[in-house]
Amino acid sequence: MYVYDQHDQKIIDERVAQFRDQTTRFLAGEITDGEFLPLRLQNGLYLQRLAPMLRIAVPYGLMNSSQLRKLADISRTYDKGYVHISTRQNVQLNWPLLEEVPDILAELSTVQMHAIQTSGNCIRNTTTDQFAGVASDELEDPRPYCEIIRQWSTLHPEFAFLPRKFKIAVCGSTQDRAAIHYHDIGIELVADDDGEIGLKILVGGGLGRTPAIGSVICEWLDKKHLLTYLEAVLRVYNQHGRRDNKYKARIKILVRAMGIDAFREAVEQQWTALKDGPSTLTEEEIIRARSFFRDPSYLALDSTLAMFDLEQDCTRDPIFANWITRNTQDHRLPGYRIVTLSLKATGFAPGDITAEQLELLAELSDLYSFGEIRSTHQQNMVLGDVQVSALYALWQRLQVAGLATPNIGYLTDIICCPGGDYCSLANAKSLPIAEAIQTRFDDLDYVYDLGPLELNISGCMNACGHHHVGQIGILGVDKKGQEFYQICLGGNQAKDASIGKILGPSFKQKDVPEVIDRILSTYVTLREEDESFLDTYRRVGIHPFKERAYAQAY
Amino acid sequence: MRRLIKHGNIIDDTWQPLDPDCSVPEHGQICSLEQWQDLADKEGSAVQLEPGQEPTPLFDALEKIDLLVINFPVFTDGRGFSYARDAREHGYQGELRASGHFIRDQLTYLQRCGFDAFQMADDSDLNAALTSLRDFTEHYQAAIDQPLPLFRRRS
Repeated sequence: MYVYDQHDQKIIDERVAQFRDQTTRFLAGEITDGEFLPLRLQNGLYLQRLAPMLRIAVPYGLMNSSQLRKLADISRTYDKGYVHISTRQNVQLNWPLLEEVPDILAELSTVQMHAIQTSGNCIRNTTTDQFAGVASDELEDPRPYCEIIRQWSTLHPEFAFLPRKFKIAVCGSTQDRAAIHYHDIGIELVADDDGEIGLKILVGGGLGRTPAIGSVICEWLDKKHLLTYLEAVLRVYNQHGRRDNKYKARIKILVRAMGIDAFREAVEQQWTALKDGPSTLTEEEIIRARSFFRDPSYLALDSTLAMFDLEQDCTRDPIFANWITRNTQDHRLPGYRIVTLSLKATGFAPGDITAEQLELLAELSDLYSFGEIRSTHQQNMVLGDVQVSALYALWQRLQVAGLATPNIGYLTDIICCPGGDYCSLANAKSLPIAEAIQTRFDDLDYVYDLGPLELNISGCMNACGHHHVGQIGILGVDKKGQEFYQICLGGNQAKDASIGKILGPSFKQKDVPEVIDRILSTYVTLREEDESFLDTYRRVGIHPFKERAYAQAY
Repeated sequence: MRRLIKHGNIIDDTWQPLDPDCSVPEHGQICSLEQWQDLADKEGSAVQLEPGQEPTPLFDALEKIDLLVINFPVFTDGRGFSYARDAREHGYQGELRASGHFIRDQLTYLQRCGFDAFQMADDSDLNAALTSLRDFTEHYQAAIDQPLPLFRRRS
């Protein structure tokens, strides 16, 4: 992974000192609430319902074991001994004290971490595929480009007061696991007719109040132009994005208003002045960025032998066998597998992880996965490089720690924002809904029979729980002071992206599990052979689901 | 006389403030964009841009302008950062002044975008504000103050 040199460290340290000074001045009454707001947001600090929330950046979801230990340590010293993995692969502390945030940032800087631009109307943490570098369907590792974008966007002087937040995601594989269609800018590594890999750029995707799928602004861009092109897009947006209404301020609204062709023209015009300028990437810089993501010291493994042993363990222990099927995936190299650790055990808030679990994960990553851990936008954790022969020992440790729930990609692997229990923006609670659904569908055989299924819950229109792109999406809404839940069906974040369609009037909290049950049984009745939920929905449309869901009063 | 920060020093403002009702501004007075466009002789002129007024109309006469003021009615409207950079990138060499309700915590960013003078609505503690100009000594990306990105300078 990327390692800071003295320059990177200096920038982070100066940022800590700056924020310490800002906090001191705020506490002394020298900065107003209104002035402090963007300053603290650009350091990931929200003042929440019960306590502040600090969002720590995890650039493109990659961490090492010392960073995990530090997070565990911080969560014990400054918080309540647990953290939350967000849907942007970041880490959130729910109970820090404002006065102590500068100390937390100073602690983070000792392990090359920070909270820069994890919130606010600026360029946010760049996200990518959680299986980057190990996926078997990868064209090129996207992380070097994520790191180049991270550096360019960090404390960018021109784009710190944009009309609204700005999110970038990069994907380098056949299957899109980074949801690039739902980002302000989505970047895909693609080959041209001669096989040369360049960048396909999408613009104007996003969730929130007006969900939109990104439009292609550039089919193929030479990698060296990455930063000048991004700069041109951002400059057009900064000058022309709407600032009169925060709900119409995202770039998607500007792209829609101008039309993609006029928007492209405006960008190209800006770009002519910037193209081939000093921000053009040098070959050496691309090589340098790549050098941090070279293969670790993999062993040349005899996969036949390893698979034989694995099959024996599986035969002996069907619970282990099931976990292998549900929570591990093919690695691009023989003899290795990718392991996803579920943070979706029933009874725990989706995405929450305790200090003890973080430390265990640090230890296990050192033992079994070259000391690296990834966070996912589905709010789970990944060990990317586990030898097949070590899987049984790893699983035993995870079982004891409650990190082996075999539900990755299934109904109970729910994406869920912290909702009304924590967040001051929320219209409704989301965590109790997640728990009620997990409790209702505790029969794993039924859950597996439903096949892969994404159920996403957001507590408000800001859509942190990505409800629009869940095959089943649940949105908390406020109706005259009461919490209700709107359900949408058919969302999808993959390359054939689609936005979920609203089923009908919203439901009371207590009725949500029953409604989900009816939707699922409708699917089971209507599906043809191995047809997935999404395919069935796309074939039959929303009406059969609607009819069944509203069949009688609750 | 109003004070401001210019090139890292606190100085008195020698320009006459903008008067939107004046039909023909005197020499030495800051013009609105409309007034400036009507000036017969733009040599040594001063012009103030508001959010929504891009610097593009100035590009043909940048060398005649001595003072370009970019106003920030609210500090959260960041359009002026792009206007400044755009003007500098098109070759503007004169004084580039931020005025209005920006805050001292934005000074380093403003400076990086090409501003060299800062006239703050609250000028009660310009000495304290000066310290904020030194918040950062290293930067990743290219800007007006440092045209080379860190990746071309790393050693």
